[in-house]
Amino acid sequence: MGSPPTDSAPLEPSLGALAGGDLALAGASARPGGTAWRFLKRNPTLLAGLVFLALIVLASAGASLWWTRDPQSMRPIARLRPPSLEQWFGTDHFGRDLYSRTIYGGRISLAVGAAVAVISLIIGTGIGLVSGYFRRLDAVVMRVMDGLMAIPSILLALALMALVRASLQSVIIALVIPEIPRTVRLVRASVLSLRELVMVEGARAVGAGTPRILLRYILPALVAPLIVQGTYICASAMLVEAYLSFLGAGTPPHIPSWGNIMAEGRAYVQLAFWIILFPGLFLGFTVLAVNMIGDGLRDLLKVR
Amino acid sequence: MADLSRRKFLAGTTAATAALTLGAPNVAAQKKGGTLRVMPHADLKAVDPIWTTAYITRNHGYMIYDTLFTTDASLQIKPQMVEKHTVSADHRKYSFTLRDGLKFHDGQAVTAEDCVVSLSRWGKKDALGKLLFAATETIKAVDRKTFVLELGSPFGLVLDALGKPSSNVPFIMPARVAATSENEQIKESIGSGPYRFVKDEWQPGNQVVYVRNGDYVPRNENPSGAAGGKRVFLDRVVWRHIPDAGTVYAALEAGEIDYWEAPGLDFIPRLEKNANLSVIVTDPRGNTGWLRPNHLHPPFNNKKCRQALLYMIDQDTVLQGGLGQSKYFQSCPGYFLCGDGLPYQSAAGAPAKPDFERAKQLLKEGGYDGRPVVLMDPTDYPTIHGPTLVMRELLQKGGLNVDLAAMDWGSLVTRRAKKEPPPAGWNLFVTWWISADAMTPAVNAGLSGAGDKAWFGWPTIPELDKLRSEWVRAVEPVRKKQIAEQIQLLAYDEVPYVLWGQFKQPTAFRKSVRGVLNFACAVFWNISIDA
Amino acid sequence: MLPLILRRLLATIPVMGVVALFVFALLRVTPGDPAAIIAGDYATPQDIERIRAALGLDRPLLVQIGIWLGQLLRGDLGTSIFSGLPVTTLIKQRLEPTAALTILAMLLAVSAAVPLGVLAAWKQGSWIDRAVMGIAVAGFSMPVFWLGFLLVYVFAVWLGLLPVQGYTPFSAGFWPFLRHLILPALTLSLVFMALIARMTRASMLGVLGEDYIRTAFAKGLAPWAVLTRHALKSASLPIVTIIGVGFALLIGGAVVTESVFALPGIGRLSVDAILRRDYPVIQGVILIVSGVYVLLNLVIDLLYLFLDPRIRY
Repeated sequence: MGSPPTDSAPLEPSLGALAGGDLALAGASARPGGTAWRFLKRNPTLLAGLVFLALIVLASAGASLWWTRDPQSMRPIARLRPPSLEQWFGTDHFGRDLYSRTIYGGRISLAVGAAVAVISLIIGTGIGLVSGYFRRLDAVVMRVMDGLMAIPSILLALALMALVRASLQSVIIALVIPEIPRTVRLVRASVLSLRELVMVEGARAVGAGTPRILLRYILPALVAPLIVQGTYICASAMLVEAYLSFLGAGTPPHIPSWGNIMAEGRAYVQLAFWIILFPGLFLGFTVLAVNMIGDGLRDLLKVR
Repeated sequence: MADLSRRKFLAGTTAATAALTLGAPNVAAQKKGGTLRVMPHADLKAVDPIWTTAYITRNHGYMIYDTLFTTDASLQIKPQMVEKHTVSADHRKYSFTLRDGLKFHDGQAVTAEDCVVSLSRWGKKDALGKLLFAATETIKAVDRKTFVLELGSPFGLVLDALGKPSSNVPFIMPARVAATSENEQIKESIGSGPYRFVKDEWQPGNQVVYVRNGDYVPRNENPSGAAGGKRVFLDRVVWRHIPDAGTVYAALEAGEIDYWEAPGLDFIPRLEKNANLSVIVTDPRGNTGWLRPNHLHPPFNNKKCRQALLYMIDQDTVLQGGLGQSKYFQSCPGYFLCGDGLPYQSAAGAPAKPDFERAKQLLKEGGYDGRPVVLMDPTDYPTIHGPTLVMRELLQKGGLNVDLAAMDWGSLVTRRAKKEPPPAGWNLFVTWWISADAMTPAVNAGLSGAGDKAWFGWPTIPELDKLRSEWVRAVEPVRKKQIAEQIQLLAYDEVPYVLWGQFKQPTAFRKSVRGVLNFACAVFWNISIDA
Repeated sequence: MLPLILRRLLATIPVMGVVALFVFALLRVTPGDPAAIIAGDYATPQDIERIRAALGLDRPLLVQIGIWLGQLLRGDLGTSIFSGLPVTTLIKQRLEPTAALTILAMLLAVSAAVPLGVLAAWKQGSWIDRAVMGIAVAGFSMPVFWLGFLLVYVFAVWLGLLPVQGYTPFSAGFWPFLRHLILPALTLSLVFMALIARMTRASMLGVLGEDYIRTAFAKGLAPWAVLTRHALKSASLPIVTIIGVGFALLIGGAVVTESVFALPGIGRLSVDAILRRDYPVIQGVILIVSGVYVLLNLVIDLLYLFLDPRIRY
């Protein structure tokens, strides 16, 4: 359903917060282990989120280690069996083992989430930096971004999927495009405030070129809010991928993502609710973890 | 006159189930009024039953249109709109006279001219219709209620064609509507059938509404299949399209809908246990599943590669994995289906069992170069989606590099019409037909080898069409059986398509719904709802 | 005041322009040939050409844009490829369920979330605060349809209290109308509730630290009076913003919720159209929905003027 806006509105971080964030990080790097651990302890949300996420990532990345079978192998004899000692999460209507599919499915969902976050951050930052710095470009870019934001992101993603053949790449692109405007606005707002900073004026006076100013002075201040934004984008992307798959316009059906597994289990809600139950729990759990990390980082890095 | 001995042969062992209606046989005991809430097997997208062969549009056709002849529960051809018909001694001249009291929904009487124009439009599209009109010299109205059809060459299936039960059905429309080109959809839905279409309440994707046609004059006979008197007891029939099978199941059990045309087989055990519901198979002959390759492009333009498919597709695996409930399916090696009432069933030519090594060998001999093979997958159509996914696994195991293209059924229907090579076109798709559409060489569209003019897949097997014409011309049942078997042997050699199984589709409805008829298609006259 | 309103109104035009351009491009960027899709299974190349000419796809691009804009201004959104019905008719048929669903969800969310958020802010740091925030963050982490199925199973199937699916129009009676909408609205509102609660809490925290609030407490006013009459009013700005932003989220959620509960709304209309590549319908729905969103935000912007006299553009 699109990334949840952070608790503050407008979304632009305040100047003081950015400065504060830098200082906090500086303080942390002075004595690595001890200070970082103390921060984490004072921030239970962040800690919990990190632990949860680490569990999920470990499980998915090392999927073959966790007593899983081939997630694609069909055993029609054993279809629609409830969870048992043999099949921990039961089987689906093709006789595929749901535990294996859920564990392997984590890879796809996490990969999609991470890819969408990274790509939209990169593109959004690029556009935002340029747009915030160059006034004339700004007007056009912001209108386009406003226009894109006016279309609800699921409809936009669905419409984009309608244009192309379903594949993992097209799903990622369809999820990236609605996320770009928000990132652009975030970056642009900070660029607007930062370009008036004394140090930037000083750099300009010394003759520093625009790219250098952008990269050396403005970008570092953006890191903290961008990381926080990235976590929210990742969480939202995982959910929207599930929605797209649920509606039949997402990841191709033979690739097991959590969304896909649930989409196939739609018809069996009353006959075999375990098909939807486990991927849903895992997805919710993972999204929760990422959201908690986002919240914790935001408090830690003092991003408004 | 139609070949009575052949009809009797067809009737055969289905005599026991012939002319049976389920529920109250006594018409007088059925209550009048009420609305029947139906969950149809698909969403009604197109309303022109000549322009498309889609079964849902055919069902829509049965609601609002009427036909000259039709089929009863034992597949016998019976007159419906026709009062009497005569055939000349040389079987070349047919004369048909309409019943009294037939009116269109706009009040106009049905005339012979309407019939002639409607049949001509149908004859340009339908496989059997094309055969009929190829043999027809003239067809014209003689007076308001009579028209005459003169054959130029012998054709023994005139009545079979006019009474064809399934797609495309020769529904009779007003002449001005039927004058529309067969490549365009009609704009008005006016018929002379037992229900009227309420266009204002049609919400595509959500509901279709029909109301009783008070002017309809049913025949004075008991109903059987689509023949006999089409008496309507209900006030309204609403087709509600609910995208989730699980939701439909819950809705049926909760009494929010009354009739579920095609429940997924996995729901059947639970539905059967429910004391408020009846679960019956309205078409005991069942359906046949096809895997259709594209004969225009590699690899399946090569016979050996097509034969390889025969050794990969194990019917039992596909049926068990794709459909689930063994009570309702069976593997069947016959291109003309197996079971009671299916006269051309045969196991001739079928490979003994699946053999992946042999398949790989055949692929090599056929020169398969490992290129991706596009298998279209309609994710919104469970009866096809399930088997498609299972077949994908089998095809991969057999050495093909399968590219599964997920889409919705509507897009598949559009894309299968493309003759371009992949990636714009396709290599394989899965479908199924009701028995009435596949059980004889004349009706079976997949067994035509007419190349570009054939059904999607476009096999060029001229020998096949020769045999089909021979079958049409043949008169003795023994000779017909022989030719049918020859056709099957040829089919196993040239492989116009691959069989993946035969299955029955039960229907579930509340016990308060009475009068459901046994027929190849879901029809909604004769139905009433108890208080 | 009036020039302000006019200026904000004019600012929406370029935004809608971008949306319109995107929507126009949708039909032309498609890999398939729209004329072939419309022509159908058995079309001859001549039929396809004829339809292409009728759609105006053979004219130069600028002429096409001109024609299309002209149609838009006349209120003609085109005709559905599959059903042949005008897009405006289709949208009109499906408007009521979606509107009812979103408004009800919005009401539920706001009436539950704002008090909870205020409570959490007031008792900051306590277990109440942690509980509310914990549930909130869980709320927008769960997939909407998963929650929906859970609710259907518990309340409709198992307990049999509410209907499984479907929609009864308001005209058929208030109680049946409400019964069919409770579960979907609840499902949809949960995510929104979580966001509003968080927003309210954050905003209230900011305000509660202010001097004049502490003065009000010191004066001896009852806590709830302080909270509602003074604090909430100041804190309401961001809350109102989130309602505007949240509308887009609600529509997205409505798309999924309508699928689960089989509600015949705009959401399902757009999903069906998209799955079938019924481009005129897709275009029409996106235009209308985006238009409503832009309008809503305009209204909210103007609402700012009344809520916070400090703001002057």
